[in-house]
Amino acid sequence: MSNNKKNWPLWEIFVRSKNGLEHRHFGSLHAADAEMALENARDVYTRRNEGVSIWVVESKNITASNPEQNGELFEPAQDKVYRHPTFYDLPDEVKHM
Amino acid sequence: MSLTSEDSHLRGNYILTIADNSLILAQRLGELCGHGPILETDIALTNISLDLLGQTRSYYQYAAKLAGEGKTEDDIAFLRIEREYKNCLLVEQPNTHFGYVIARQFLFDVYHFMLLEKLQNSADETLVAIANKGIKEVSYHKRFSGDWVKRLGDGTEESNQKMQEAINDLWRFTDELFYMTDAEKAMAKDGAGVDVSTFKEKYYEEVSEVLKEATLTVPENKYFTKGGKEGVHTEHMGYILAELQYMQRTFPNMQW
Repeated sequence: MSNNKKNWPLWEIFVRSKNGLEHRHFGSLHAADAEMALENARDVYTRRNEGVSIWVVESKNITASNPEQNGELFEPAQDKVYRHPTFYDLPDEVKHM
Repeated sequence: MSLTSEDSHLRGNYILTIADNSLILAQRLGELCGHGPILETDIALTNISLDLLGQTRSYYQYAAKLAGEGKTEDDIAFLRIEREYKNCLLVEQPNTHFGYVIARQFLFDVYHFMLLEKLQNSADETLVAIANKGIKEVSYHKRFSGDWVKRLGDGTEESNQKMQEAINDLWRFTDELFYMTDAEKAMAKDGAGVDVSTFKEKYYEEVSEVLKEATLTVPENKYFTKGGKEGVHTEHMGYILAELQYMQRTFPNMQW
């Protein structure tokens, strides 16, 4: 439970749109527990056939990178062209790469 | 299928006893739009309202077809007088507090689910199709309201007391769910309608089970009231219709 009694904890919602695709982050919502988070996610995000599967994770369980460290985390990768597999031709049949 | 005009009339009336419940409950839930206890529950309740409204449309479209004379679903929804609405008293009861919203929903959903289950075996193909489509939604409604009954009943002292108050207060309207109008009796006999008395016992069993799990007391009062299904409503109904019918009465035939 959250320390703040007035608010339910925040949950991050991941929805798989189609079988074969990965779960993607759809957004976040409040719920008292995981079961309620699933029900709320159903009402908030999957009412128009958007999904076939839902994951919910309490937001506090996610560790995020610190934007102040963006430099050390992300920038070195950009100037080494050989690290990017951009020299291959992908056949059209391969989707979702 | 060809029906005599008397058959059509009975069948039309029968459809109203089912559809008006959904319309009036949808209207009650719609009142909560923007007023739910928290955003997510607000969305859930109005989603349920929309589900019910969608089901209502299917029934009314069918009823309009049976009525002939160029009637439309809107005529049936908006242009009847109070006595012509056949919903049960339970669904017109006000949203007093969240406990009442949940109690009303739960007491209705358990019934609604069992009704549609039976209606899936109707001799009337249109009703079967509507029931097949609706039962998935109603099964979710039942889960939603049942979960909340348990959360509130088995929650804090205050939530338990409020949930119990709502259940006690609305209990007297549950018996009417199993009262059968002439149209219902005729349709049940004909195989198109549902004999609701067949699942009365099962209904009270399932409701009591959830209440017990929620650490709530199953009311024992034997005083029940009815009338809505015959068109005799509580004092709340006039206000509901005033709001529901306002646009269509003020701007006849308006569409949007």
